[in-house]
Amino acid sequence: MTGFEPLVLWTDLLLFGLLACMALAAWSARRSEPMRDAWRRVGASSVGMSALTLLSLFLLVGVIDSLHYRERLAPAAGTPAADDRRQLSTEVRSALDALAAPLRTRVEKTYSAPLAYQLFSKQTVEGQGGTQSREFPRLKFGGANLKYPDEDQGGDIVGRAGMGLAMGAGAWLLVAAGLVGAVAASRRVPFGAAWRAVWRGKGGPAWRAVLATLGVVVALVGPIAALAMEYHVFGTDKVGQDVLFLTLKSIRTALIIGTLTTLVTLPLAVALGILAGYLGGWVDDVIQYLYTVLNSIPGVLLIAAAVLMMQVVIDTHPQWFETAAERADARLLALCLILGMTSWTGLCRLLRGETLKLRELEYVQAARAFGVSTARILARHVLPNLMHLVLIALVMDFSGLVLAEAVLSYVGIGVDPGTVSFGTMINAARMELAREPMVWWSLVAAFIFMFVLVLAANLFADVVRDAFDPRAG
Amino acid sequence: MFAYIVRRLLYAPLILIGVNLLTFALFFVVNTPDDMARMQLGAKRVTPEAIERWKVERGYDKPLLFNSAADGNQKLTRTIFFEKSLRMFVFDFGRADDGRDIASEIRTRMGPSLAIALPTFVVGLLVTVSFALLLVFFRASYLDFAGVVLCVAMMSISGLFYIIGGQWLVSKIWHLVPISGYGGGLDASRFLVLPVAIGVVAGIGASARWYRTIFLEEAGKDYVRTARAKGLSELQALFRHVLKNGMIPILTGVVVVIPSLFMGSLITESFFGIPGLGSYTIDAINAQDFPVVRAMVFIGSLLYIVGLILTDLSYTLVDPRVRLE
Repeated sequence: MTGFEPLVLWTDLLLFGLLACMALAAWSARRSEPMRDAWRRVGASSVGMSALTLLSLFLLVGVIDSLHYRERLAPAAGTPAADDRRQLSTEVRSALDALAAPLRTRVEKTYSAPLAYQLFSKQTVEGQGGTQSREFPRLKFGGANLKYPDEDQGGDIVGRAGMGLAMGAGAWLLVAAGLVGAVAASRRVPFGAAWRAVWRGKGGPAWRAVLATLGVVVALVGPIAALAMEYHVFGTDKVGQDVLFLTLKSIRTALIIGTLTTLVTLPLAVALGILAGYLGGWVDDVIQYLYTVLNSIPGVLLIAAAVLMMQVVIDTHPQWFETAAERADARLLALCLILGMTSWTGLCRLLRGETLKLRELEYVQAARAFGVSTARILARHVLPNLMHLVLIALVMDFSGLVLAEAVLSYVGIGVDPGTVSFGTMINAARMELAREPMVWWSLVAAFIFMFVLVLAANLFADVVRDAFDPRAG
Repeated sequence: MFAYIVRRLLYAPLILIGVNLLTFALFFVVNTPDDMARMQLGAKRVTPEAIERWKVERGYDKPLLFNSAADGNQKLTRTIFFEKSLRMFVFDFGRADDGRDIASEIRTRMGPSLAIALPTFVVGLLVTVSFALLLVFFRASYLDFAGVVLCVAMMSISGLFYIIGGQWLVSKIWHLVPISGYGGGLDASRFLVLPVAIGVVAGIGASARWYRTIFLEEAGKDYVRTARAKGLSELQALFRHVLKNGMIPILTGVVVVIPSLFMGSLITESFFGIPGLGSYTIDAINAQDFPVVRAMVFIGSLLYIVGLILTDLSYTLVDPRVRLE
């Protein structure tokens, strides 16, 4: 009996919760004219829409990688095939692992360069008749289809890349047709007219930027996907794992840290900020004291202290976690919480200042004069007018957190060493820079993916801030 | 004014006490010294005697807050809280796990940290301000646009890559300076050039963009227009008026980090093998040397609070309109 049982890790739950919140917020924003207006401004920005397209693609990879499950092992002979938890594999997989199974399972012996068919280092090979020679052995999987690799490799790569490009172009055409069709349907114009409107970038969201971005992505992803079937496009790392697969796995870690950190501490920052600003007096003093204390500890040191302590807790309670993945996940979530604890102070101070201004406005004073309760004033009149600041903070913090993860993992206080992340990848690759010739590919792969993710996030954050911040306009 | 400063100075110890309580809770309440001993000793089958010995050696064999076995004042002083946390206020940090005195270690390591952090700060400020001013001079042109794009791109690169890339290019390919290490006296400059240069370049992106906004806002004000109308050249208007007034928010904004320069940079120092406080901290974190981490938290907070007070003072110094009440 084989099969699988879905497993929802804590971070998965929060990530899906975040997506649900986003959907809910989008739905409720439809009714609010200023919100709709701000989002329209975001939509009309070419930069914003390209960045959003890239971020959505990263998010897609992250979400697929968050659908976790455990495989059911075949029952050992002689035991009853009961529905027993002991028959579940201790290895936690995700949908991405299943989709990219060829990448995950084709493990070489050690380093190999991108698109190589040989190992990176010479090994002693037993020849016929017991002779031993030092040579670069062929890879088990990379380029294994080539009979005469020296002559065939170039042609094979070009052919496969070309095919991938053609398939990517086909996929792009389908998406473009679908998108233009949707635009035509919503504007009730013929397909041709809709196509011309999109092409000229006239009116409405900047669909042209979306299509252009998708075109570039497809032109890169198509050939890479086609080549990944036979080669290791970004080479392999020390234990022979495919670097492309590792970078794909890193995306989820980066997204989790970038989003959940702000999310888990958002309630704290919002509640304390509003209370301090609105109530004033000793409440204000206490809350200000609290965040000045937290602020005055250098961030890295506070995180280091908290992470070291958390490690002791996790190490002394191994019984809490059934699998290694669950332990790594608990550590990831704890890291988000700790990062959040050190970063909520900025937002809290901002909200306090804004609330101070809001409470003096006439409509708030009128509500107070009518005898509306404090809780109701805060919920109805203050909070909705702070939401744009919260949204801006959520978006602005993202890129900084992704970058912080890499540094923290380098210092040794980041994610669990078993969790694949950009930080752990850079850390492992750094050791090999001294090698001659240099092993550069995992570093370059991590650099490219991280750069694109952070750049897209930065650009999107700028557009969102400009659209939502009344002072920026 | 004077009363305000006195009040701020009185507030500082209060915050330090808060920091102290927080670190005390983190290090001794969340995990008991027994937990730490078990982890430090490593093996799964540690004996209770080994734990007890470990605690006695490090002075953790006392009650946390109240020692009922002792008499008189010692009821309060012979406790972990007093000996490990309150002693920090007189800069008595105790000994690291390897037995060395933390306070003297900090004194010797402060020099190398400053030797990197101070030039990085000064040169960085000069470079970014000049760059931002250049962008403002060419505002609303393709050069300005390209500069902003460059800033955003540079912001999006992790600091680790600047260091790795710089070491690779300058030291490995061009062989200009040693990859890492540190020497005394004038010899040190050889080792300092690259980390300082990388620190400056890595900081350009975010700061230059911010300074540019500040200068742009200043350049759009009426008095600058008047200055131009009076016949000042664009350069004169920029340097005499925009730069001078734009520096106020910039300087008051960066004052807060000046005391913290003593702490050094964790990443830079560890990559370049500089024996400063940053690498001391990183080594302590990796070796899970808790006394050192606690000491660094205390010093870091102290320096930050000094920075806050300096910020308040600098506001009154550069802008006579600000009256602190």
